[in-house]
Amino acid sequence: MSFPWAKAYQPKSGLMRWIDERLPLPRLVFNSIGGGYEVPRNLNYMWNFAVLAGFALMLQIVTGIILAMHYAPAGTLAFQSVEHIMRDVNQGWLLRYAHANGASFFFIVTYIHIFRGLYYGSYKAPRELVWMLGVVILLLMMATAFMGYVLPWGQMSFWGAKVITGLFGAIPLVGEPIQQWLLGGFAPDNAALNRFFSLHYLLPFVIAGVVILHIWALHIPGSNNPTGVDIKSPRDTLPFHPYYTAKDGFGLGVFLIIYAAVTFYAPNYLGHADNYIPANPLSTPAHIVPEWYFWPFYAILRAFTVDFILPAKLWGVLAMFSAILLLFFLPWIDRSPVRSGNYRPTFQKFFWILVADVLVLGWVGGLPAEEPYVMISQLATMYYFAHFLIILPILSATERTLPLPSSIADSVLHGQQAESQPAGTTPRPATAE
Amino acid sequence: MATVEHTDGTLGPAPEGHAPEGGVRRRDFINIAAVSFAGVGAAATLYPLVNQMNPSADVLALASIEVDISAIEAGQAIKTIFRKQPLFVRHLTPAEMQAANAVPIGDLRDPQTLAERTAEGKPQWLITMGVCTHLGCVPLGAAEGENRGQFGGYFCPCHGSHYDTAARVRKGPAPKNLEVPEYKFTSDTVVTVGEAA
Repeated sequence: MSFPWAKAYQPKSGLMRWIDERLPLPRLVFNSIGGGYEVPRNLNYMWNFAVLAGFALMLQIVTGIILAMHYAPAGTLAFQSVEHIMRDVNQGWLLRYAHANGASFFFIVTYIHIFRGLYYGSYKAPRELVWMLGVVILLLMMATAFMGYVLPWGQMSFWGAKVITGLFGAIPLVGEPIQQWLLGGFAPDNAALNRFFSLHYLLPFVIAGVVILHIWALHIPGSNNPTGVDIKSPRDTLPFHPYYTAKDGFGLGVFLIIYAAVTFYAPNYLGHADNYIPANPLSTPAHIVPEWYFWPFYAILRAFTVDFILPAKLWGVLAMFSAILLLFFLPWIDRSPVRSGNYRPTFQKFFWILVADVLVLGWVGGLPAEEPYVMISQLATMYYFAHFLIILPILSATERTLPLPSSIADSVLHGQQAESQPAGTTPRPATAE
Repeated sequence: MATVEHTDGTLGPAPEGHAPEGGVRRRDFINIAAVSFAGVGAAATLYPLVNQMNPSADVLALASIEVDISAIEAGQAIKTIFRKQPLFVRHLTPAEMQAANAVPIGDLRDPQTLAERTAEGKPQWLITMGVCTHLGCVPLGAAEGENRGQFGGYFCPCHGSHYDTAARVRKGPAPKNLEVPEYKFTSDTVVTVGEAA
């Protein structure tokens, strides 16, 4: 599970030795996030976001458990109990805002984490399972976030629940029974609210479990790095502690500053004012959109407006789910042996176009479904699928990549120019070092 | 922790900030300052996480109640609810007051006089929590026809504690007299329970 040169665990005290001999937990911690886990020495700040996502998950679990102490999952009480949290519970406003914005920040760091993996080829062999478990986590996060947004039982909660469960209604024949089964009725009500609350409480712990598998699978080959070159010798690595605990600690500090600034000074910026109106089954808000982190997928859903063999509604649902499920196959779609985008000049360009494309999808996803936004979402949706299904396979077969550095240590020591030295040749002696 | 280890001893120059002779290095200072600051932040974050379990504003808003006592005749008592617990308001008869005052203070488990347990100038109004000081049952004796125990006050059926006409424990396992909450007479017929006189 580690490199031969990784430090072995040495108990620092008699007590730790006593515990370690009976339950090797200190050893496990040391070997996973301590001095016993060897990490490439060239990780940049893009590698902070995994730890930040883990932190955000813990934050959501802690604040969520507390909110559940004051929340009542009943149609007649839910909205009031949320207002009770905001007005009466000691620092309840802080805990709820921390939880609501915590969800947004969880998605921000997770999306950056995903795009980091896309750019540096972290999904490629031997890390395919790491990547696939990550996609599972993303799906679980989306389900959890959706159900959490229903709980305050405001207008957006209610109509969000109705629209999203309505997606299942698009399935031919069994769609409507499935929708009624999900809701426990014909429209969202007590039954739906109660089951959403139950699952919203359960799923974060499932996520935590999959996160453990994600990390376990990662620690077999070890972390990828900005060059994408495999670790070859002790010169390529540093122990996780203190080097990356310190670096992650710094990143966490920056993250917390931004997170606290939003939570304290703009707590409703990422939310919708309509959700402070109690759920009303007889009146739909004029402009109904999901939370911002669903906007790119919402845009894909709405991009299908014409029936073609299947109804347009079904196409939208299929496309939306495919947009994520596609990612499961990414390790086999992109066959290029070079991992890092740093050494793939053409891939690099298309990567940034994809980033822009997803941002455009997010932008139109938050706007009303009218022209020209519908057409923009259609073009952006087409490009999204073209990137994965056409561009990547062609690129991985035809792209002329740059020479890789002979090792991580050499890339660190000799800078960009010598880094591009063809593998196997001796790099020029470093001048600055 | 603050030392920079080089796995092969060749990468990079020696770390800057070496102390001249064994003093505190810049890196040690930064390390201690950063970790201490994080510790203070973590402790500050802990406060709302713990404090949220204290009674909330709506609970505290019901922390005092007004009781109209105009309809309680001498010898009668009423049960009402104060802070989600039973409250006994009892109009003592002169005979009950006399009986309470006749008890030698030294004989009591929890020595208090009737005057100490009632408002000044209103010794006939005995206002106590209806919560046995043993294990929290509701004693009998406030309602008409209930067992008032050997001493004519209250009797707790759970474990047999007897209270006298000043609601002082006289017999049984209860360690204390029935608790007298803070209260004040807002007028001759209205008592505000939960606020100091």
